[in-house]
Amino acid sequence: MPVRQPMPTQPSDERAHNFNEVALGYTPEQAVSEAGRCIECKKPQCVKGCPVNIDIPAFIRSMKNSDFDGAIEKIKETNSLPAICGRVCPQETQCEMYCVLGKKEEPVAIGRLERFCADHEREKGVKTPQRTPSTGKRVAVVGSGPAGLAAASDLAKTGHEVTIFEALHAAGGVLIYGIPEFRLPKDIVQKEVDYIVQLGVDIKPDYVIGKIKTIDELKEEFDAIFIGTGAGLPNFMGIGGENLNGVYSANEFLTRVNLMKAYQFPKYDTPIKRGKRVIVVGGGNVAMDAARCALRLGAEEVSIVYRRSDDELPARREEIEHAKEEGIIFRLLTNPVKILGDENLMVTGAECIKMKLGEPDDSGRRRPQEIKGSEHVVDADIVIMAIGTSPNPLIFEGAGELEASKWGTIIVDESGMTSIEGVCAGGDVVTGAATVISAMGAGKLAAVTINEYLK
Amino acid sequence: MTYNILEKYEMVSTVHLMKIQAPDVAKAAKAGQFIILRIDENGERIPLTIADFNVDEGYVTIIFQEMGKTTKQLAKLTTDDTLQDFVGPLGRPSEIEKLGTVVLVGGGVGVAPIYPQAKAYREAGNRVISIIGARSEDLLILEDEMRTQSDEVYITTDDGSKGHHGFVTDIVLDLLKSDRKVDRIVAIGPPVMMRAVAGVVEPFDVETLVSLNPIMVDGTGMCGGCRVSIGGETKFACVDGPEFDARKVDFNLMMSRLGLYRPDEGEAVEHYESECEKETGCGGECTCQ
Repeated sequence: MPVRQPMPTQPSDERAHNFNEVALGYTPEQAVSEAGRCIECKKPQCVKGCPVNIDIPAFIRSMKNSDFDGAIEKIKETNSLPAICGRVCPQETQCEMYCVLGKKEEPVAIGRLERFCADHEREKGVKTPQRTPSTGKRVAVVGSGPAGLAAASDLAKTGHEVTIFEALHAAGGVLIYGIPEFRLPKDIVQKEVDYIVQLGVDIKPDYVIGKIKTIDELKEEFDAIFIGTGAGLPNFMGIGGENLNGVYSANEFLTRVNLMKAYQFPKYDTPIKRGKRVIVVGGGNVAMDAARCALRLGAEEVSIVYRRSDDELPARREEIEHAKEEGIIFRLLTNPVKILGDENLMVTGAECIKMKLGEPDDSGRRRPQEIKGSEHVVDADIVIMAIGTSPNPLIFEGAGELEASKWGTIIVDESGMTSIEGVCAGGDVVTGAATVISAMGAGKLAAVTINEYLK
Repeated sequence: MTYNILEKYEMVSTVHLMKIQAPDVAKAAKAGQFIILRIDENGERIPLTIADFNVDEGYVTIIFQEMGKTTKQLAKLTTDDTLQDFVGPLGRPSEIEKLGTVVLVGGGVGVAPIYPQAKAYREAGNRVISIIGARSEDLLILEDEMRTQSDEVYITTDDGSKGHHGFVTDIVLDLLKSDRKVDRIVAIGPPVMMRAVAGVVEPFDVETLVSLNPIMVDGTGMCGGCRVSIGGETKFACVDGPEFDARKVDFNLMMSRLGLYRPDEGEAVEHYESECEKETGCGGECTCQ
């Protein structure tokens, strides 16, 4: 059995200074060779790990014969955003986790193969999809992130007239404002959004539902609604000094860099503070993204401060490894207790405390506890808080009967329907911050529910 | 999306009025709210308080002063141009109700967002006393408009060229010291002015609101860049405000945060003017943008 094909990447010392994509993608030879590792199980397990049910064995079979067109067609039957999923899905905990090869050696690199097919198609020029004849039903989709795009795509394929309302000026949600260029190039996101527009979906940017129009008003205009507004509200720790100049939420930092292209200031008008020493608090993918952006903006030292140990880091292993290769310092079992500043209210550092892991808490993870007397100062001129996000409550303004949980998430039944009939919701606004692909899965489920509802 | 500019003129030196075609925004807009605009693809998103809106004609009026690169570029646009983005209405509307006597204080371009409030408070049946100020007479805006929406108007100029020679706070203090009953004060203007008003009202038992305009990116609560400290509690001006109790605002923190990008703003203006000159040799004075 040949070994799993490694992903070609930009050398770490080079990529730490540019925003170009880190992972370069397989060559056709590598792709065919990797596809050849699939043993075509009689009862394939991989599919059950895919939230959007891609027929993985079928598309890999096509690839074995170098039929990349056939492969992408297969993928697109259930996934309209393959170039994105191939890049940012945590395959190691989904499809690839179930691959039987993984029991003895490394699983088939399903995600990389998916990416290859999508890139192959895009480079050739994506075939314009056939539009389905209209059902005459109108559906509003609120939010153009992964959940909204997936729902819109499936609803349009059914023939409904879909309008997406997006608060920002560009479609894509977290794919555009959050995930950096070097992990997910923005022209690739744009191409996949273009594909959804070609399916007949109308996208209205600059439209904040809850403000310019409410859910109750949309109900008057549309036959059904899908809410996929995500978890866009940044959490802060509530410690001293968090409002000092130089403390960013990861959302703000990443939005300035990715959506507003502050790394190209002054060609682009939006500025960003480029720190010499940067601390990023948190251990998830967003923390890795923020740290690696700070490095690329020219920081001399960037460290991740995380209160648990390496084993508990919630980020994808691949992202952690990439960050380490690029020279990001990991201050583990460490937690900030106070942000320090000077007389001009500029950040000068963070007072941190060492932690140890105690008994498991409700989540099953060992609870971090402070080690008394271990306080120490980490110097910094920028501190980025990447400790999670919550749903934005704006959507509830003028959404009379929409039920929320105590965490501010929208409550839905198993079909994705909210407390208002004909109004579905899915993605981070329902689950709290999760992954791109689980949001897409929820969008697709809601599309099925809405299709049923509109029959 | 693009948004048409229906009308645009310079009201006084470096202060401009623009009417933007945005029927849905106009329909939903209320006094006290703001919009965010972006001129073009490379542009920055900037928040501006709504100065007026017309539902029938479907436009929103903004008034801005040339300060940084974006407002300088905005000042050069004409009715032949469009804006790439115009988002709103954002923020909580002012809580307009019948209180009795409301004193509205506007300084500089801050008179612009005071105007729709005057209208709204008047409509709600209040007696409106307006105090509007500027550095000098030739920088004073909306005097006539404010007169039509106010029961009394006081004018102050720093140099004494019109009205009271001094600051808006002088008149506020006089009113509070007189035996006239004031039920609410709303002050909008430069941070130093709002801080001064907060200081003047301190010993008096009169509700006083200010409208804050910190740095923002999205304006929907997503970035947290606009966070302000209100009575020791962190609030996002974009969704929790922009109006807050003047006495509780940490103005020093807010003013320091407003200055965060000052060096970058200078660089952006320089870059803009040099790019502009490269194209036309005009020294940044042309209307090529």
